[in-house]
Parts: sequence; structure tokens; C-alpha cells
Amino acid sequence: MTTEPDFDVIVVGAGMAGSVAAHQLAQAGLSVALLERGPEAGSKNLSGGLLQCQVLKRTFPDFLSRAPIERVVDRQQLCFLNPTSHVALDYADQRLRQAATAVTVSRARLDPWLAQQAEAAGAQVMTGLRVDSLLRRDGRVAGVTSGSDELLARVVVAADGANSFLARLAGLRRAPARHQQAVGLKAVFGLDAAAIERRCQIDPAGGLALTMVGDCTQGVAGGGFLYTNRDSLAIGLVLNLEDMTRQKADSTQLFERFLAHPMIERLLEGGRLLEYGSHLINEGGLAMVGQTVFDGLVLVGDAAGLTINTGLTVRGMDLAVGSALAAAQGVAQAIARDDTSAAGLQGCREAFEGSFVGLDLRRFARAPAFLDNPRLYGPYGSLLADLLFDQYHLDLSPRRRAAAQAWRSFKRSPLGLGRLAADLLEGARAL
Amino acid sequence: MTVPSTSQRLAVNRFVLDETECHIAVDQVLACASGTADRLIACCPARVYSRAPDGTLAIEYAACLECGACLAVADPGTLEWHYPRGGFGVHFREG
Ligand SMILES: Cc1cc2nc3c(=O)[nH]c(=O)nc-3n(C[C@H](O)[C@H](O)[C@H](O)COP(=O)(O)OP(=O)(O)OC[C@H]3O[C@@H](n4cnc5c(N)ncnc54)[C@H](O)[C@@H]3O)c2cc1C
Ligand code: SF4
Repeated sequence: MTTEPDFDVIVVGAGMAGSVAAHQLAQAGLSVALLERGPEAGSKNLSGGLLQCQVLKRTFPDFLSRAPIERVVDRQQLCFLNPTSHVALDYADQRLRQAATAVTVSRARLDPWLAQQAEAAGAQVMTGLRVDSLLRRDGRVAGVTSGSDELLARVVVAADGANSFLARLAGLRRAPARHQQAVGLKAVFGLDAAAIERRCQIDPAGGLALTMVGDCTQGVAGGGFLYTNRDSLAIGLVLNLEDMTRQKADSTQLFERFLAHPMIERLLEGGRLLEYGSHLINEGGLAMVGQTVFDGLVLVGDAAGLTINTGLTVRGMDLAVGSALAAAQGVAQAIARDDTSAAGLQGCREAFEGSFVGLDLRRFARAPAFLDNPRLYGPYGSLLADLLFDQYHLDLSPRRRAAAQAWRSFKRSPLGLGRLAADLLEGARAL
Repeated sequence: MTVPSTSQRLAVNRFVLDETECHIAVDQVLACASGTADRLIACCPARVYSRAPDGTLAIEYAACLECGACLAVADPGTLEWHYPRGGFGVHFREG
């Protein structure tokens, strides 16, 4: 390369991954540009809002006191939603509040804060700038283009989110299979803090994360969530794209039906709609990560296919941060050694594999296949409700013992004993 | 609570409309023949796609939430979709 690069590193996308990568690289003394297509950081970004924040607390020691977080989550509920009933597991624990490992966040508030940290560390943040493609010179990535402008860098970090267009357009990444992606639909309802705390049975300092499966998706693989912000409720549905198209389901109809469920309706009552959004979610787990390091290019966060869906939680934000830390470490080493080829950047991959991101991805490698199981999204919730109905509904018919009653409910359900046993075993292995 | 319709939900959002450039283009013949058109209509959370009275696929690009789900369910070659120009499109204030 004869032309001098404009920056040591160009980071594309000021989401969680991009801002954290830019912050780390700028702190390491490199010249960094952070490019974002939205008019400000966060203006294009959406998550459910449940952030596993331990990694950010380690990166920014004052994270909990200074970052714009909503609530510390100290109550977790898992709920099987059926058309006219629901069965929930409710777990509240003061230790969760003290540990403060999970908080709720609003990306339109958190992302600008993260971008400010990058800027304060010396990164040059440019918003309202859409990168159109990766610039290739001599068979390697040498920068980016935006309109007629070209910006050159020793390394490009693509943190451009789940669509990962930059790597795909450059032919470096395949389009994911439909079953590896879901679409998330989310609405935020404003409600005063006291009403939220009463309805969700939480303290002013606490927060609820409610995960739902079953009738909320009408049998489409996926689930629903409701998270408490300070003075709003975030509610959403996650729908697997392959399953949704196979079943010819309509996303907006499912969402409206979900909002109308009696349990949800009660929680949202009197709320004022503040926003409606949608976003893609990776669901392939380890299988969709693939190659993340190329000559002059590193992929991080959703752009690298990272997300772990365990059925209980969707984790993407903490993985985005973890992968950004690993990438920054490897990029700084590669630049120091003046070798930014794929081989020179292997430190990114090694740091990634050894971090909690790589370890957890391997640990949950079987989860996507398990969650493909249609029985999770219908029969199991109904079976649970039937079991409880038989126990609690005393209609003067002679009582059976619980075990006999359970057997009856079970025989009425379309599930077979062999299936139940196989699913339990598979679930235990996968999760 | 009456559940807000899709257009009511979109109405509370902030959008910066790009009046000069539409970021979605569809191959009408291919999209209808391949079944992609019906998939787009069903999957889009903003109801950007609908059937026009003449049977073609109508596109209301101004309502787009920029998720990319349409592109993910479209058959290759039926849909061209890219992010709006920098600074334009949906502007989340909650996210
Ligand atoms: C409905 C839903 C619920 C979720 N719930 C949770 C949850 O509860 N907990 C959790 O941890 N994760 C959750 N996730 C996943 C999580 O949101 C993502 O994993 C996370 O946002 C990934 O961060 P990122 O920085 O990699 O990508 P993003 O946050 O998507 O950031 C990408 C950035 O790149 C910018 N960009 C893209 N292309 C360009 C371009 N060409 N030029 C310039 N800029 C560009 C975008 O504007 C954006 O700012 C959820 C996702 C969805 C959709
Ligand atoms: S990107 Fe999402 S909101 Fe926009 S048209 Fe496609 S499916 Fe609809």
C-alpha cells in the first residue's frame, strides 16, 4: 500500500460492540474513527433490554453509577402462556439486586453514553454517515467507502449489526439461513414508576424480567418478553423467520394478539405507547459464527453472528461487548507488530475463543436445535395448565391422587411419554 | 386497553423521511411468481408491503423500521433492500 491510511482503525457501527471496540482501541493510543449511519449513536438500535452487565462493569468501573441504566433486575419470571391460562415460575431474590449482574437498558440512551466514552478516550465519532462498502486493495480490506468518499485504515472493525451487510457484500460472509434468524417486534409503553412497581411486585430499586413461551407466538418458534424500565414497560415478541414463513404467520397479527392477552393487557393497562420497533436477531448460536478475522478486517458483535438464545434469555449485548474487547486486544497487537493480515490478526480470534463469549457459545452449542422443537411452543404449556387445573378445580367429583391425575392429563395431551423423556433429556443437555 | 393497530404504533415513532431516495425496490414479476410477495406482506412488522388493487405489490417505504426481515425471507433476486442514506429513516428514542 502506498497511500498512508487516514486512521489506524475504522470501526463501523456505534452499537454496543462498535463503541466498546473504539473505546478500547483509542485508549490503547491508536487513531480511531467510529462511523455510524444513524443521526446519533443508538438511534437505529433496539434490543429487548435485559443486559447482562458484568463485562461492562469490568470495562467501566463506574458503569452502574454513571451509565443510563433503567433498573436492576431482581425478579425473573418464566411463563407458559396458553389461550385462556398461564403457568409461571416466579423467582425473586435480594441477592440478584446486590449482585446487580443484570439490568434493564434503553439502547437510545445507553448507546450514546458508550459512544461518548469512546469519544472521550480519543476516538473520532462521525454520525449520519452510512458506510456503503469495504474498500479492497491488493486483495485485502484497506478501508471503507461512503458515497464518493474513501477512508483508509490499517484495520476495519465491522460492528454493523445482525444484517452484517459489509462482510456479505464483500463476499466474506454468507447470508444466514432463515432458521438461524428471528425478527423481534417491540413496543414501549410509558407508565408511572409506582404503577410499574405495584403491578410487577418490585421495589423502586428492583426490576422484573418476564419471559413467555407458548400461545404468544401461536406455535411459531420464539417467545415473548416484558421488561421493566424506570417508567416504561418494554414488551416484545421474537419470531423465528423460517418457522414463521413456513406457518404463513403474520408478524403484526401475532404481535397484536399477544398484546391483547388478558395477562399482558392487565400489565399494560393505562400505558401510553411511546415507540414501536423491529430488528433482526441471530439465533444460530455457535453454528453461525464462522470466520471472523480476514486480511485487514475483524467482525464483532451481531455482525459476527453472535447471540445465545437459551429459551430463558436472549443474550447478544454482553457478547457484543465481550467480542469487542477481544477484537481490540488482537487489533492493537497486530498494529504494534505491523502485521494486519488475517494471520497477524489471529490474536483477535484467540482472545475471543478464550473469553466468556467463546466459552458460552460452545457451552450452548446445542440450544438452537433444542429450541427448534415445536412442542415447546404449545403442548407443554397446555399440559402444565391441565395438571394444575385438575389439582385446583374441586368440582365434587371424587379426587384422584396427584400422580393418577397427572397421568390422566398427560394421556389427554398430544405428547407421548417417550417424547417427554427425550425432550427432557435433550433440554438438560442443551441448556 | 385497546390494542393499537400497526399504523397507530408507527404514528408515535420518529422518522426522518428521505424524499429523494427510496431504499426498497422489488421485481414485481419475480416476487409475485415466487411467492415472495406474500411472504413479505406477512413478515414485515411495519406493513410496508401490501397488495395494490391491481395485484402488484405496493411499498410504503417511509414506514420501514429497518430490520431487514424482508430481505431475509425474500427469494434471491426478487428484492433490493439497503439501509436508507445516512441520517435518514427511523429514529428510535427508546430502542
Ligand atoms: C427484540 C430483540 C430483543 C433482544 N433482547 C436482548 C436482550 O434482552 N439482551 C441481550 O443481551 N440482547 C438482546 N438482543 C440482542 C441484542 O440487541 C444484540 O445482540 C446487540 O444489539 C448487538 O450489538 P451490536 O453492537 O453487535 O449491533 P447493533 O446494536 O445492531 O449495532 C450496529 C450498529 O451499526 C450501525 N450500522 C449498520 N450498518 C452501518 C453502515 N453501513 N454504516 C454505518 N453504520 C452502520 C447501526 O446503525 C448500529 O448502530 C435482542 C435483540 C432484539 C432484536
Ligand atoms: S426492513 Fe423490516 S420494516 Fe423495513 S420493509 Fe423490511 S421487514 Fe419491513
